[in-house]
This record gives sequence, structure tokens and C-alpha cells, in this order.
Amino acid sequence: MTPTRKKRLYLIAAMVVGIAIATGLALKAFNQNLMFFFSPSEVAAGKAPQGQRFRIGGMVVKGSVHRDPESLAVTFDLTDYKHTVTVSYTGILPDLFREGQGIVAHGTINGQGQFVADEVLAKHDENYMPPEVAQMMKKSGGKEGQ
Amino acid sequence: MIPELGQFAVILALMLAIVQAVVPLVGTMRGYANWSAVARPAAAGQFVFLVIAFAALAHAFLTDNFSVAYVAENSNSALPVAYKFAAIWGAHEGSLLLWVLILGGWTVAVAAFSRNLPDHMVTRVLSVMGVVSVGFLCFILFTSNPFTRLAQPPMEGRDLNPLLQDPGLVMHPPVLYMGYVGMSVAFAFALAALIGGRLDSTWARWSRPWTTVAWLFLTVGITAGSHWAYNELGWGGWWFWDPVENASLMPWLAATGLIHSLAVTEKRGSFRIWTVLLAILAFSLSLLGTFLVRSGVLTSVHAFATDPTRGLYVLGFLTIVVGGSLAIYAWRAPTIAGGNRFEFLSRETMLLGNNLFLLTICAFVLLGTLYPLVYDALGLGKISVGFPWFNVMFLLFAPPLAVVMGLGPLTRWQSDDPQALWRRVRSACLVSVLVFAAFALYHFSWAGLKVALGIGLAVWIAATTVVNLRGRVKPGTGLAGKWRILRRQSRSYYGMLVAHLGVAVFAVGIAAVSVWGIDRNVRLGPGDSADVGGYTFHFQSTKNIAGPNYEADQATVLVTRGGERVAVLYPQKRRYDASGQVMTESGVDGGLTRDLYVALGEPLGDGTWSVRLYTKPFVRWIWGGGLLMAVGGVLAISDRRYRIAAYRSRAHSAVQGRPA
Repeated sequence: MTPTRKKRLYLIAAMVVGIAIATGLALKAFNQNLMFFFSPSEVAAGKAPQGQRFRIGGMVVKGSVHRDPESLAVTFDLTDYKHTVTVSYTGILPDLFREGQGIVAHGTINGQGQFVADEVLAKHDENYMPPEVAQMMKKSGGKEGQ
Repeated sequence: MIPELGQFAVILALMLAIVQAVVPLVGTMRGYANWSAVARPAAAGQFVFLVIAFAALAHAFLTDNFSVAYVAENSNSALPVAYKFAAIWGAHEGSLLLWVLILGGWTVAVAAFSRNLPDHMVTRVLSVMGVVSVGFLCFILFTSNPFTRLAQPPMEGRDLNPLLQDPGLVMHPPVLYMGYVGMSVAFAFALAALIGGRLDSTWARWSRPWTTVAWLFLTVGITAGSHWAYNELGWGGWWFWDPVENASLMPWLAATGLIHSLAVTEKRGSFRIWTVLLAILAFSLSLLGTFLVRSGVLTSVHAFATDPTRGLYVLGFLTIVVGGSLAIYAWRAPTIAGGNRFEFLSRETMLLGNNLFLLTICAFVLLGTLYPLVYDALGLGKISVGFPWFNVMFLLFAPPLAVVMGLGPLTRWQSDDPQALWRRVRSACLVSVLVFAAFALYHFSWAGLKVALGIGLAVWIAATTVVNLRGRVKPGTGLAGKWRILRRQSRSYYGMLVAHLGVAVFAVGIAAVSVWGIDRNVRLGPGDSADVGGYTFHFQSTKNIAGPNYEADQATVLVTRGGERVAVLYPQKRRYDASGQVMTESGVDGGLTRDLYVALGEPLGDGTWSVRLYTKPFVRWIWGGGLLMAVGGVLAISDRRYRIAAYRSRAHSAVQGRPA
């Protein structure tokens, strides 16, 4: 191999290694950022991971929304008509958040079995139901709506 | 009656599209000149019928014809007229019709502005576009017909989704579609060249302006979409890595790679095979984007279950387009000669680096977007990919891209001397490293590193631009001589510089707003105030107002700084009459160096509201950068070169073949 060829080979190898390392880092971060979806029943059965962020979905129980009169803290119950999980959240709820409707929250479960949400989503299709929640309801056999 | 006419026009357009796809292609293969000559009239006829179909749908919307199911689902008699018109592309069926209409428009444009290209080339391009059109028209007719009637028409329509009732929506989808569909031209040129076996720098020259125009529309469309999301969603964010956004970003990344790769093919004759592959990829991603957004596959994976025909059709069509073009590619690629050789340190290598980084980002966006779909389809459970991951990924690959972007235009084609290159860039390098260090030391934190990186790279791009210009004017004597040289430079050269500066401006925007932006969620009643980032927001009062098809609570928020009045904002919470949906309309005071942003959260009783308050430094630079990139594109396509080349090749184009 001529010296210039050798040099080129090294440079190309260095580039490939660089890209490979960056790709590896990106993939590692990818695995850490995957968020799994659990229903209130699965959470009640202890299937949800402790100390790791996940998503929970269900219907907001009517009359369960309590606001703190001083701050933006709010708690509400989320149900799949079999089990109920209490969600606490501080911040502004989305426009489409309503009692008796399906929502999805992101967050972690704390020691008391309460779900501490850092994000509440109420994206939905025409039936006011996030797709995950709709499918979960179908599976759990719960009635949609009231 | 009129909707039926529209339906009939779609069927006729399909017939003509089939003719346009088949007859001219056979003509060029067999050498029947009169068969080939069918391409242009067929394209024109198809476009006429598509216009009729679109007009029929527009008529149904504007006359509140709720007997048409699509109108009943997406319009309402109280909707303002402009939104009635925009509602045509407010959902799946109508936006597909818009898609084919734009495709028809592009086809006619190619037919009209390519009189100077060899006939067999244009003919093949038009027939490839005909094939795409056939696919879409069949999709419309068999699975998503916008003209379907209801047996019992409702008295009132269900209204256009309030999120979409914004001036941004009137423009955003058509512009984005111009970009998506424009990629079909680049794709058709690539396939036509592959079929003809003539894949050389002339092909790249013809294909380049069309690709740049399409890229330009994509850029403007994405920028407009980002601005719309910022104004309309009330979260003050400009990009959410939402699957729908990713669907438009992926073709943009591939298209950006393509215009750079085309430059190499045109100038040096290299990268030919790679360029063809990129053209196929960019268009395939555009198709994927269209389907992902509009067929409901993404927001709800169950679209495959609820409407299996639609999902299966999408998969089938994508398979045919991607598989078919890759088959032609595999058949022809071995016959394509390689281009000129180049050394390791050369502009070709830099552009290769550009392609590598752009496509790596594109691949990761694709992974993050489709992984949850695949995961669910395999029955493994429901997952989502977190927002932070996309940011990490972007942070890993965008900075090297920016470094290469500065180096590329300063490196010579074919081969460059490392020391000579270093002498050229060292001043720019020094300035940007100093800026980086200054910001990094000033903040001395992880977040500060991000802002330092963004601004350092922006300075790097700007400084290399200056170096580039100085290098050009060096031979000129005196200011007059230098000015003469500057005036002699081609528009595409300036286009490149402006577009790259756009990236620099964009980088400043994201760095500043992601680190210096402040947001506070607070509880405010009349008379309360809150401090955010040196500004005081005084929540003065709320009142009820009535819009054309909504009622709203409107707050008056006075913003002061150091006791001086800066702006008065009027954020609203709207409740739309027809659907009962509640929407946030934020109050924004825009500025070159900062935006002040107020959005109402929810009423907490006694006139108290939860309120989002933001200061967004330099946020407008993000969209300004996008627009600068687009301006660069406009400069590039207005280059004299294309017109001269066109004139010259006219002499060569002679009609080949014999009548059938």
C-alpha cells in the first residue's frame, strides 16, 4: 500500500469509528428514553417499574379532580373501571382535559402508589379517547363513557 | 349534481393518468414518436380534470353542502369563508385530492418548462409522474373518496377542527405539499435517466432547479408549520418531535442531502449512483410522510384495524414505488460509470460528509418515529420515544454537520492541500473557538455548553462565509475592482452563502431559546402580577367576547420592564360553538431579540386563571433562519446558468424515432 493510500485508509477508519460511537451513544439514549404504557390495573398489580418514567392512561373519574386553592397543584383519579390510580400534577391541564374522559399522563409512581405526573396529555380522536386508552378499555371490557 | 361531476372528473383524470403513464413510456422504448407525443396533452388533460374535481369539492364546501359526507364532517355553516376553503384540505380525503392536484400542476409545469430538454427524457419523466398519479387517484377513488354522499344529510356540519382554524393552516399544508409532491419531479428525473441509461451531469443539471424548488417549498412549509404550532398550541414550543412533524422533517433532510449531492454530480460527474438513490429516498419519505400524517396510522395505530383497506393500500403503494424504483436501480446501476476521482481532502469529501450526517439524522428520526408503530404491530406493547432522545440525537450529529458546512465551500474540488486549507480557515476557526469559550466560561454549566456550541457554530458558519467572500475578491484592485468581482459571482453562489447563513441564524435561535428562555406557570387573578425574566406581567382584567363561530374569555395583560410599559397582550380561551371544543389563543408580542408570550390555562374560579408566561429570546431567529434558507434557494434557481444551458441544449434536441 502506498503511504497516501494508507493515510486515507486510516482517515476513513477514523470516520467510521466516530460515526459508530455516535450511533452507539444515540442508540443507548434511545433505549433509556423508551416509555412504556401501563393501565391502572397493571399499575395496581405492581407491573409498572419503580423509579422509572412511564405512561399511564385511563378515564378521569367524575368528581375526583381536586385543586389546591393556593397553587397550581391538582390531583385526580384515573381508572380503567377495574382499578383506580391517583395522579398528582402541578401545572396547567390541557384544554381537552375533562372529567369522565380519557387522558394519558407521563411520570413516575411514588412510594404511596400515587402517580406523580410531569405531563398530562389529552390528545384524542373524534371519540375523545386517546388510542391507547380506547384499546385498553376494549381489552379490560370496561364500558366507554358512562 | 356538482359533487358527482367532481367524482366523474376524478375518474376521467385517472383514465388520462393511466394513458400518460403507459403510452409515452412504450413510445420511447419502441421509438414510436407519436406515442411519445401523447405525454404532454395527457398531462394537460389530467390537470384540467383535477382542477374541475377540486373546484367541485370547493363548491360543496362554500355552499355548505352537508349531503357530502366529507363536508359534513369538516365544515360548518358558521365557519368563516376562508376557513371553509381551507377545510378542503383539513382532513384525509380532501388533502389527498389537493396532493394529486399539485402533482398535476407540477407535471404540467415540467411539460411546459422543458421544451429545451430532449423529448425522450421529458416523455419518460412525465410517464413516471403519471404512474405516481395513478397510484394516488386509485387511492382516492377506492378508499378515500371526498365526494361520498350521505343518505340523510345532517342540518349542520361537525365543524373544522378548531386547532386548524388559524391563518397558518390556510397556507401551511399546500406549501408543504408543494414540497412533498415536488420531490416526485426529482424522483421522476432520476428514474427517467435510469431507464434511459443516461445518468450524467446533464441529467443533474436538469434535475437540480426542480429539486431546489421542491426543497424550497418544503423549507417554507416546515417553517410555517413550526410557527403555527408555536402560536396555536399554547405551549410556546416551536418543535415537539411529534411524529407528524418528523414526517415532514425526514423528506427535508433527504432533500437537503440530494441538492448537495446533485451539485457534485453536476460539477464533477461523481456520486451519480448515490444521487439517484437519494432522489428515490427523498420521494419515498415524502410518500411516507403524506400517508403517516393523513391516514391516521400514526396518531392511532388502529387505523390499520378500523380501515384495513386504507392501511393495506398505503403499504402496497409504498412497496410498489420503493420496490419498483429500487429494482430499476439495481438493473441499471451497474451500467453507470463512476465519476471523476477525488482525493481524501476535497470538496467532494466534505459534501459526502454532509450527506452522511444528514442521512444519519434522518435515519434516527425514522427510527424514533416508526419504532413505536412496529413495536405495537408486533404485539410487544405500547411505547413512545421521549422528546429528550431526539434532542440528544440532534446534538450528537448536527454540530459535525455545521463544521463540515463551514469547511466545504472553502475546500477545493478534487484535491486540496491540508496546510493551504488550514491557512484559509484558521482565522474563522479562532474566532468561533473564542466565542465558544467565552459563552462556555460565562455560563459554566451543561446548559451553557449547549448555548456556547450553538452560537460558536453559528459564528463559525458566518466567519467562513466572510473568508469565502474575501477569497473571491482578492484579485480585485481597489473597492471598485472588488465590487466588480462580487457582481460577477453567480446567483447560485450567493444562494449557497445565504442558505448557509440561514443555518447560522437558526442555530443562534435554537441555542438561545432553549437555554435562555424562561417559562412560568402561575395562578393569576385580576390585579395580580408576576415577574418573568426581567419583565413584569400584570394580569389586568378578563372579559367575554364573541367571535364569528366561538365565544372567548379574553384577558388583558400589561407587560412592563422597570416600570415602563412594553406591550399589552390579549390571550384568549375560545370555546367553539359547533364542536364545543376549547382552544387556547396565545397573546404574543414578537421582537427581533425576544418574544413575550402569554397563554391562558384554565379558569380556577373567582376570575382567577392559571396562566403560562414565557420570555423567548431570539425565538424568531429560528423561523428567520428557515426563511433565509428559502431565500438562498430562490437565488440558486434564478441563476443564469440554467437559462443559458437551456438555450444551448435546444439546438441539440431533435425528435428521434419513427411513427408507430
